[in-house]
Amino acid sequence: MFNHLLSLLIWLPVVGAIPVLLAGSARPHLARWLSLLVAVLAFVASLFLLVQYNPGGAAMQLVESHLWIASWDVHYGLAVDGISVALIVMTTFVGILVIAGAWEVIQDKPHQYMAAMLMLEGLLIGVFCATDALLFYALFEAILIPMFILIGVWGGPRRVYATLKFFIYTFFGSVFMLIALLYLYQKAHTFDLATLAALPLTFKEQAWIFFAFLIAFAIKVPMVPVHTWLPDAHVEAPTGGSVVLAAVMLKVGTYGMLRFILPIVPDAGAHFAWLIIVLSLIAIVYIGYVALVQEDMKKLVAYSSVAHMGFVTLGIFIAFMLVREQGNTDMALLGMQGAMIQMISHGFVSGAMFTCIGVMYDRTHTRLIKDYGGVINVMPWFGFFYVLFAMANCGLPGTSGFVGEFMVILSSFSANPWIALFAAFTLIIGAGYTLWLVKRVLWGEIANPHVAEMKEINARETFVLGAFAAAVLALGIWPQPLVHLMDNSVAQLVQQLAIHKI
Amino acid sequence: MPTLNDILILLPEFYLVGAACVLLLADAFLRPAQRPWLHWISIAVLLMAIYLVIAGQPPQAVTAFGGMFVRDDVAEILKVFALGTTAMVFVYARPYLIDRKLLGGEFYTLMIFAVIGIMLLVSAGNLVTVYLGLELLSLSSYALVALNRDAKLPPEAAIKYFVLGALASGMLLYGMSMVYGASGMGGTPSLDLAQLHGVMSYTTAPTLLLFGLIFMIVGIGFKLGAAPFHMWIPDVYQGAPTPVTTFIASGSKLAAFGMAYRLLDAGMGDLSQHWQLMLAVLAVASLAIGNLVAIVQTNLKRMLAYSTISHMGYLLLGLSAAGPEGYAAAMFYAICYALMGVAAFGVMLALTRAGFECEEIADLKGLNQKSPWMAFLMLLAMFSLAGVPPLFGFWAKVLVLEAAIHADMLWLAIVGIVFAIVGLYYYLYVVKVMYFDKPVEGSVLQAQPDRPLRVVLSLNALSLLVLGLYWGPLLGWCRRAFGL
Repeated sequence: MFNHLLSLLIWLPVVGAIPVLLAGSARPHLARWLSLLVAVLAFVASLFLLVQYNPGGAAMQLVESHLWIASWDVHYGLAVDGISVALIVMTTFVGILVIAGAWEVIQDKPHQYMAAMLMLEGLLIGVFCATDALLFYALFEAILIPMFILIGVWGGPRRVYATLKFFIYTFFGSVFMLIALLYLYQKAHTFDLATLAALPLTFKEQAWIFFAFLIAFAIKVPMVPVHTWLPDAHVEAPTGGSVVLAAVMLKVGTYGMLRFILPIVPDAGAHFAWLIIVLSLIAIVYIGYVALVQEDMKKLVAYSSVAHMGFVTLGIFIAFMLVREQGNTDMALLGMQGAMIQMISHGFVSGAMFTCIGVMYDRTHTRLIKDYGGVINVMPWFGFFYVLFAMANCGLPGTSGFVGEFMVILSSFSANPWIALFAAFTLIIGAGYTLWLVKRVLWGEIANPHVAEMKEINARETFVLGAFAAAVLALGIWPQPLVHLMDNSVAQLVQQLAIHKI
Repeated sequence: MPTLNDILILLPEFYLVGAACVLLLADAFLRPAQRPWLHWISIAVLLMAIYLVIAGQPPQAVTAFGGMFVRDDVAEILKVFALGTTAMVFVYARPYLIDRKLLGGEFYTLMIFAVIGIMLLVSAGNLVTVYLGLELLSLSSYALVALNRDAKLPPEAAIKYFVLGALASGMLLYGMSMVYGASGMGGTPSLDLAQLHGVMSYTTAPTLLLFGLIFMIVGIGFKLGAAPFHMWIPDVYQGAPTPVTTFIASGSKLAAFGMAYRLLDAGMGDLSQHWQLMLAVLAVASLAIGNLVAIVQTNLKRMLAYSTISHMGYLLLGLSAAGPEGYAAAMFYAICYALMGVAAFGVMLALTRAGFECEEIADLKGLNQKSPWMAFLMLLAMFSLAGVPPLFGFWAKVLVLEAAIHADMLWLAIVGIVFAIVGLYYYLYVVKVMYFDKPVEGSVLQAQPDRPLRVVLSLNALSLLVLGLYWGPLLGWCRRAFGL
């Protein structure tokens, strides 16, 4: 069974969605319990994966490979390293919470909602362990279909605009990647990522391929200036959609950078690293300011996601700069690790923030900050969680938000103190918009009768928020197991950075 | 004198001609109560023909009647899918035809004659056979478009189709005559495609030959529905009874591919450097016009018509690569398009009622609430047409793009990609209407209770998903046919 653990992880949710769908709208409760069962089983399987994975080895593990399309040498190839394992566990963990979070909230066709969620989960896991570029691409794109439906059917009033924008934007990005992959196939006659990584390419070729990949992944991350689809998608998406979008889907972009840009076009990556660094800094500083003026809570968190993901891209490409220009692998390792931890941490923190907003939205049906005030008076437990996640969002030591940001800033300092200075702005701006948000929503007198009628969170919501809180605190206080899990894989990536292809 | 061997090679075709005649007679002599049997019998006839095509397939390409007729793997694949999609059209058409009192022998007979035309066309080894097959297909199609002669649109569409089709046939014939003439200057004149292959090397009239080629490409472009020879497509699609539209969108596209392959590769393969660029230009025009005009359509049939034009652009992408890989990719694309087209029109047919043509995109509003399964099938068809993985349509697109890149036409592949994104919009719009909009009050939108239709349609649409996950064998079959 362990030989096919990765396949099991992918197909369990995807196939599990079918009985959920068949349960039909007539038996909504059966659909809910079935989907929870599937999600829990997937989580358990991912814990098996955690046990099976040997963090001591640097090579890809749990390899599965079957010839899929013989005439094209396309393989159904799966394997994981520490980074993939961490992301997969995070995905299955968030998967449970999303399904639990939607329990009574989704009244309209819950079976379809749950089924779409499960399919999304399976496809995302597939993306995180595909070792064949074409398989990766197919899964990468297939994610759009369930997300399109999730936003379009269960979303807010402007959902159609948002969902079309989301789909076309992200599809637009990835097709350029497809052209690049087809070009690479012409040269290598395979889509195997390891072979592509070893393929010699001239600088000109690398530059073109780099930009094709960059468009695809930058839109997915999203980086400035192609981030505009994200606030719209978040605002209109149902809570669960937002959580998966922010917690897992955005990571697909940075994960793609690690798997494609870094090994396949390292020289172009190093040459254009400054570009990504500048864009990341703009995301961190400018988008931070944009978040400050938002009136809609979801939009605020969406923009803060863009800023936080800027840290991930910064960490990855700072490592490029450090290795290539200064030969400083220790600091590069630190930056890369910081980026990885930030990926996981942002998954939990943003997921939790969106869940909190969802909890309030279910009660009052508004997301505007001005409609709230004094929520802590009626919902003290909720307030406790909200403040905790807000603190993690602005990077307070002891929460997961701190660890990654700190490591990235530290390593960027040794690359260039000015970069570190700009990056460190986030600590101030982030604290600004998050604390101001908390002040306006939670503190003060009860602002209006709607707030006064808000009910304290129930057991189900406490479970969801509690689980997020546990993850955020665990990573913040004791990140060592996560660092250990990814250590060798990250070191491997940093070593690859030094390899010149020209 | 034809030998027995010649007859055996053409056995599926002869069988179908016989069967069509028997059906025609049966229609005349059967009592009205027994007529419904014709439906099942004609489906059985087609399935039997598929069996004959596959079972009698020789291991190597063979010719009959002195090279007039070629029976090779390319012809086999195209015939199997043309017969298969036509059988699906029969299944989907039944409720529609019953509702409109059109269910009669002539529908089945004409359709079977059209299929015989396709079979001759894709097996043509001679310019005369090409023309013969094409006219058999076209004349049957003109009559089929006008099948519902009491309605307003069909006669108009049929006349338009007939006039433009005759013009295109004329062009093709004119081109053929020039090629024939050119082949006679400096050698023996020939209509045989295999002999025409080397004509460029000896002819003393290369200009005449090229002019002939241009006229032939006009004819091919018309039959494919490639821009700028696409004008008939939207009107014919909209005007024809939906089952006939389904047939024109699927079976006849396979035929057009077969014709293009026979004429261009077998006959004019020598001149590939000349026609390559012409096809590329047609491809770009089709991609642009098809995708851009489809966006503004409100009628689903017209939208799908323009989408056909854009898909023919992709098919031409593969053809213009002018090599076995490109042909295999283009044939794969034609098969894929036929399956997707039948599925999309099939859902429309499943939703039509007496007095309600499910034709406007707005008619699909809230389909997910009324019949979620039909909405899901349409969703599969739409995402596949749009080329979203992991559906079949995506892989077909990847293959033609790869063929274009392989033939050093990266620019063409990028044009194809750009218009794929444009095209995404209108396919998504259909999904949006089905899933995100509220149903119209008091609409009759509901799936047909006809069980065979539901089962076959479900299999058809799900095949887009299954073939998307497991397209290797079909691709292998297509590649083997071109000796890869």
